[in-house]
Amino acid sequence: MSDWPLWEVFVRAKGGLSHRHVGSVHAPDREMALNHARDTYTRRLEGVSLWVVKSSDIVASDPDQSGPTFEPAADKVYRHPTFYEIPDEVKHI
Amino acid sequence: MYTTELDKQKQPPEGANVTAIDGAEDPALVEAFEARVAADEFIEPKDWMPEAYRKTLVRQISQHAHSEIVGMLPEGNWITRAPSLRRKAILLAKVQDEGGHGLYLYCAAETLGTSREEMIEALHSGKAKYSTIFNYPTLTWADIAAIGWLVDGAAIMNQVPLQRASYGPYARAMVRVCKEESFHQRQGYEAMLVLANGTPEQKRMAQDAINRWWWPSLMMFGPPDDQSPNTERSMRWRIKRETNDELRQKFVDITVPQAEFAGLTVPDPDLSWNEAKGGYDFGEIDWEEFYAVVRGEGPVAKERMKARRDAWEDGAWVREAADAHEAKKAARKVA
Ligand SMILES: [Fe+2]
Ligand SMILES: [Fe+2]
Repeated sequence: MSDWPLWEVFVRAKGGLSHRHVGSVHAPDREMALNHARDTYTRRLEGVSLWVVKSSDIVASDPDQSGPTFEPAADKVYRHPTFYEIPDEVKHI
Repeated sequence: MYTTELDKQKQPPEGANVTAIDGAEDPALVEAFEARVAADEFIEPKDWMPEAYRKTLVRQISQHAHSEIVGMLPEGNWITRAPSLRRKAILLAKVQDEGGHGLYLYCAAETLGTSREEMIEALHSGKAKYSTIFNYPTLTWADIAAIGWLVDGAAIMNQVPLQRASYGPYARAMVRVCKEESFHQRQGYEAMLVLANGTPEQKRMAQDAINRWWWPSLMMFGPPDDQSPNTERSMRWRIKRETNDELRQKFVDITVPQAEFAGLTVPDPDLSWNEAKGGYDFGEIDWEEFYAVVRGEGPVAKERMKARRDAWEDGAWVREAADAHEAKKAARKVA
C-alpha cells in the first residue's frame, strides 16, 4: 500500500491569534486528517482551532526566485516611517 | 535518540564520498550553502542543498523517528502492568507522545524527498537502524522508571542542541519534542524515588534497574569522538551541535547527583569527581557490547522487530477500512 496523501496542519493557539503551521499528517480523507492532526499536534491544549490543507493544494513561491520576488521592497525605503524627518519639537507623530 | 551516524556498515572515511558527491555539484552553490549554514541560517525544504547533506539528514532524522517508534515497545509492554491507575495513565500518555515524536520526525524527513512508505519499509526489513537502547529488556517496573529518568534524560541531552539544527523542519520538530520530553524524564525520576524510598525489596529493584540501564544510557550518545568520523562534517553543517563525548560528560555530571539524592549507586567503580575539570571522571564504556548491539545483536532485538512488524500487520485492517471508507464517500460524491 502506498502512502496516504499528505495534509499540512495549522493550529490557532488561542482566540485572537492566526492559525500557524505546525507540521503535517498522512490521511486518506479530510475527516481522518483532522482527527490525526488533533491526536498528533494538540495533546496539550496547544490550540482552539485546527485547519488541515492538502499539501498538494499549497502554492509556494520559489526560493531561487526570492531575489526578484522580494527585492522590490528593499529599495523603497520611503515605505517606512523612519524615512521621514520630522523636527523633534513636533510630538505625537 | 537520538544518535547520529550509526551505520551498520562502517562509513567510508570523511572526505571520500563527500568529495565525489560535492565534485558533481556547482561549487558556487556549495559555497553559498556552506556560508548560509556557517552564518546559522536555516535551510528550508525547497532551498538548494548538497546531496550529501540531504542524505545524511534523511538518515539521521529517519533513524531518530524509528527510535521513537521502537521506543514505544518496551514501555508499551508495561501499560497493563503499571502498579496504579495514576502510573498507567502517565505511561499511556508518555507512549502516545513517543508515537507523536516519531510522526513529527517522519514528516520532517519526508520534506527531504523520502516517503513514509520507504522509511517504514526500511525499518521493518531491518535495513534501517534505531537507538541501541531499545534492544535491552525491561524486566521489572523499576526499568520503566529507569527508562524515563535515564533514557529520556539522555535523549533530552541529545535533542536540546538540535533545536538549533540548520534544517528548519528538523529544528522545529525538535522544539516540539523537547517541550514534551521533560515530563517523560520527571515522571521516571519520580517513580524511581518512590521505589528508592520504599520497602527494601523495592529499593533493590530500583538499584538493579540502574545497574542494568546506566551503561546502555551512556552508549546512547554514540561512539567516542575519535571514532566518530562524521562528527566534524555534521558539526560544520550544524546538524550536530555538540560532540558525543561532550554530551555524554554533561549527562554524567547532571545525573550522578540525581542518583545520589535517590540513595542509589551508579554502577561504576571508577566514577569520581574531578575538581580540576569541574566534572566527573568515569569508567571505560564497553564498546564491544555497543557495536554488537548496533549490529543487531542486542538481547531483545529480534523480539522488538517482530513486535513492530506484528503491530503493523495486525493494524492493516484499520488502514484498509479507512481506504474503503474514503473510496465509498468519493463514489457517493460522484453519484
Ligand atoms: Fe521521544
Ligand atoms: Fe520521551
